[in-house]
Amino acid sequence: MNPEFFASQLFQTLLAVLLAPVMLGWVNQCRAWLQNKTGPGVLQPYRVILKLFRKDAVLAHNASWLFRFAPYAVFGCMVLAVSIVPILATDLPFSPAADVIALVGLFALARVFMALAAMDVGTAFGSLGARREMFVASLAEPALLMVFFTPALISQSTALTTIVETLAHRELTIYPSLAFAAVAFVMLLLAENARIPVDNPATHLELTMIHEAMILEYSARHLALLEWAHALKLMTYASIGIALFLPWGIASAGQWAMMPLSILALLLKLLLGSAALAVLEAVSAKMRIFRVPEFLGMAFLLAVLGMLTRLLLGSAG
Amino acid sequence: MTLSFTQQLINLMACLLLLIAFAMVSQRRILRLIYLFALQGLVLAINTAVVALATQQPHLYFSAALTLGLKVIVLPWLLHRLIDRLNIRWDIETLLNIPTIMLVGIVVVIIAFNLALPISQLAGTITRSSLGIAMASVLLSFLMMITRRKAVPQVIGFLAMENGLFFAATSATYGMPMVVELGIALDVLVGTFIFGIFFFQIRETFDSLDIHHLEKLKEKT
Repeated sequence: MNPEFFASQLFQTLLAVLLAPVMLGWVNQCRAWLQNKTGPGVLQPYRVILKLFRKDAVLAHNASWLFRFAPYAVFGCMVLAVSIVPILATDLPFSPAADVIALVGLFALARVFMALAAMDVGTAFGSLGARREMFVASLAEPALLMVFFTPALISQSTALTTIVETLAHRELTIYPSLAFAAVAFVMLLLAENARIPVDNPATHLELTMIHEAMILEYSARHLALLEWAHALKLMTYASIGIALFLPWGIASAGQWAMMPLSILALLLKLLLGSAALAVLEAVSAKMRIFRVPEFLGMAFLLAVLGMLTRLLLGSAG
Repeated sequence: MTLSFTQQLINLMACLLLLIAFAMVSQRRILRLIYLFALQGLVLAINTAVVALATQQPHLYFSAALTLGLKVIVLPWLLHRLIDRLNIRWDIETLLNIPTIMLVGIVVVIIAFNLALPISQLAGTITRSSLGIAMASVLLSFLMMITRRKAVPQVIGFLAMENGLFFAATSATYGMPMVVELGIALDVLVGTFIFGIFFFQIRETFDSLDIHHLEKLKEKT
């Protein structure tokens, strides 16, 4: 293992962690523009996080160690998850250790901590949010795995770096199965990141909230970490989407000269992708919670269809 | 093995057709159903034109033009006028358990793919791999007709089935002879007119377009 290897890993992880709040801010800014509002600026999530870090934490009397530990666990899981995804280059020392299935597992681990911590204090909102989160997650997780299987079938590997190497460095071919998987992935991204058709990230209205209900009891640095982890989760999903479906511009192993170009490509993709996400959110209405299984069932169906067409069309799919 | 660009395009169109077929099965609103039907026709027309280009079969250009004129413009316009005059523009079918139907749909697709596999191995056309998808969209239209209770969505399902058959013909044997195709096109057009008249008759008799009322017409023995 040479030090360059670790430098690349460290640089990518740091970049993702620092870029995540800005990306969330950009999505919110685009949404505000679409609603004819001025918007708080792209740095608003940073301001919120800094403000929260400076405050004193307030804990409920009956909060156990789990409640205090959960934000760190969730944040750690998300940092680890984003370090597995090749964002700029495919030479990641972490990558052989964990493939896409482990990635789904990391998301699940973070979610379990989140749900347990939400139920820990014993307020009605916490357990309501936790139950809804688990309800959504139980449907989204199998679909997410199915989405990952289609590119894995194409590149004969479940390691993200290998998938990106195969998909990015070949002649341009249209894979209909990947198109199915991409649509399913966008639906899952919306569901898993508490975006609009499934959950509204901007509301504290008791009847509709899922994610906000779970973090209602948190304050100060704990809340800051959870907000950051939330932004990081969106960033992770966006970079997975880029790695699987728009991998052009990601440098291969050892190509340091490609780095500035791939940073530029990443920024451009994130800029456009987030704007597209904002448009998607602006045009869709929040679903009733009992419509969510239908939405996620559709995502699961699309992912399975992607796999099936891949098997039917063979090398062409 | 890499495929030519046209072949990739045909595969993509085939997958789009399958996607639209699923969207139609799960769509509750009649108006959107008609838009989806028009979209399906458009994809079909593009696919036929691409196949014509790839195989140098001039008669396929005619069928592409026919599909474009009939299934993208005339039929959706007719249906649109029909639902306006029946005043069911915003009708929603509520008795649908969509996740279950989706699962049945996946099973149907798997069956269709398996059925088509031996046939497509025999066929020598460049479109042979999309035969499974064509069969799947026929079966999915069947499924749509079975699960609907209102008359208009059933008719749209019927028309979508015709789309699937047309696609199957294109992918298995580069389309049917021109005379047959013209005949089918005329049949579909006339059929839609007759269905339109039936809708009014059904509604006049039962005050509703729910075809379950038709069971009352059985003679008591």
